[in-house]
Amino acid sequence: MPLVPAITELDQLKGHPALAKMLAWNSEAVEGAKFDRDELTIYIERSSIREVCSLLRDDRDCPFNFLVDVTCVDWYPKQPRFEIVYHLLSITRKERVRLKVRLGDSPEVDSVTSVWPAANYFEREVYDLFGVRFNGHPYLRRLLMPEDWEGYPLRKDYPVEGYR
Amino acid sequence: MAHLSSMPTLEPGQDRTMILNMGPHHPSTHGVLRLILEIDGETIVRIMPDIGYLHTGIEKTCEAKFYQQVVPLTDRIDYLCPLTNNLCYVLAVEKLLGLEIPPKAQWMRVMLNELTRINSHLVWLGTHALDIGAMSVFLYCFREREDILRLFEMVSGQRMMTSYFRIGGLALEPPLGFFEPVRQFANRFPAKVDEYENLLTGNPIWGMRTKGVARITAEDAVALGASGPTLRGSGVDFDLRRDMPYSGYENFSFKVPVSQDGDVFARYICRVREMRESIAIVQQALDGMPEGRIKADAPKVVLPDREKMKTEMEALIYHFKIITEGFAVPEGEVYQAVESPRGEMGYYVVSDGTAKPYRVHMRAACLANLQLLPAMCEGRLLADVVAAIGSIDIVLGEIDR
Repeated sequence: MPLVPAITELDQLKGHPALAKMLAWNSEAVEGAKFDRDELTIYIERSSIREVCSLLRDDRDCPFNFLVDVTCVDWYPKQPRFEIVYHLLSITRKERVRLKVRLGDSPEVDSVTSVWPAANYFEREVYDLFGVRFNGHPYLRRLLMPEDWEGYPLRKDYPVEGYR
Repeated sequence: MAHLSSMPTLEPGQDRTMILNMGPHHPSTHGVLRLILEIDGETIVRIMPDIGYLHTGIEKTCEAKFYQQVVPLTDRIDYLCPLTNNLCYVLAVEKLLGLEIPPKAQWMRVMLNELTRINSHLVWLGTHALDIGAMSVFLYCFREREDILRLFEMVSGQRMMTSYFRIGGLALEPPLGFFEPVRQFANRFPAKVDEYENLLTGNPIWGMRTKGVARITAEDAVALGASGPTLRGSGVDFDLRRDMPYSGYENFSFKVPVSQDGDVFARYICRVREMRESIAIVQQALDGMPEGRIKADAPKVVLPDREKMKTEMEALIYHFKIITEGFAVPEGEVYQAVESPRGEMGYYVVSDGTAKPYRVHMRAACLANLQLLPAMCEGRLLADVVAAIGSIDIVLGEIDR
């Protein structure tokens, strides 16, 4: 399977049900899309992530009812610095889609725990290791690191061997 | 589902209840899981898992390693199924590189993965039964597990931390005469599963401790992100091996056991049946094992054979370059999921075009499955917590990473 260049034109990707649904709902919520290595990524405007998620979950034709994962990538020193990555799965249609939200230096985004309770631990982990705040999370505390830990270890400006 | 989305802090509630700390060194928590329980007599009012005691920062470590150096790290994540971790990671990087893997390597990977699944389920069954009070099952299970570990040692030189898969194929040719003991094991094993089932399935004490205990509905299981046998035990018929095949699973025929009850017994029966299906896949892999190379034709990524290095200049150069400066992976990102013994294991690998991964994230099936514990246990008896923990089959190494 030789690599083919990624498709980033919205017009060419309209055939995908998740993207078509979102464009029909509110085209301003979609900042862009990418189809690369058989995986669809949709960039979402940060204030609409919760609505987009519940929209995709409740879709009649292709319900993305399963939240696989929430994680984060730190692109320091580029701006916007953080990318929150949501992986969704449709159990009935056996499709995946990746949603991304870009965040700047004081990262904050709405929590999706009200859409999928599964997001609870995932978001706590991102908060713990990247310091991204999730508004509306019921219990946003450190998950893996000790409660009194200083700094966010998975950020790129945090040294691999830690602060000594 | 309001109760699911809110995880309470545990401060002493009414006068009747007390806070009880369970773990992190309680033997039945399978590692270092700590549970904070609020109990009213013997009844669980609230339960809060506290994790992180085994956090080693593997994701951060990966960012400082070359792509090929990450493979041994993945063994340590879920130490009961190292080969599944190896597979998931190498598949993700191969997808980033666009590599074509020869059929023999794919079939070997499938065969070893199913042996790993049996190995993991045997540890689960033994310890789960031990927790509930059936001591002898543990000894039976570890007898067969020993056989599988010996097979792993034959093929990779290591019993547990195998690191046998490489980006682009396998580390070594399987040793001469390797398939014969695998076939003997595959022939012998179904009768052993009958033995375990004779001890447990019809056993009235086992039934009383597991049937109707720690029930979870299909809706709750999906909403909480459960996967694997934990999800299938609640009646959701979904298995990545069948529904989104990878590494040549589409060439194998097997059934996906599903149970509707959603209790501890349902999850038990799903896993026991899975062992039978896994051994059937191993049989099919043995019967149809293709001939040919075990490494992809990509000299810049795959280490050359030792023999070639002594006779060919290019092989020596590539070997030196791969070892000293790694290989560059084209920019991009990939999420690769495989069906691990515990559910959907996923590797999200981001490349910035250099020889070291920009970000490696592991989607841990156990982390999501652990979120089911409060929904399973609240309102039930303290003794059922132990049964529930066993039934979701957690590995703390994977949860904490």
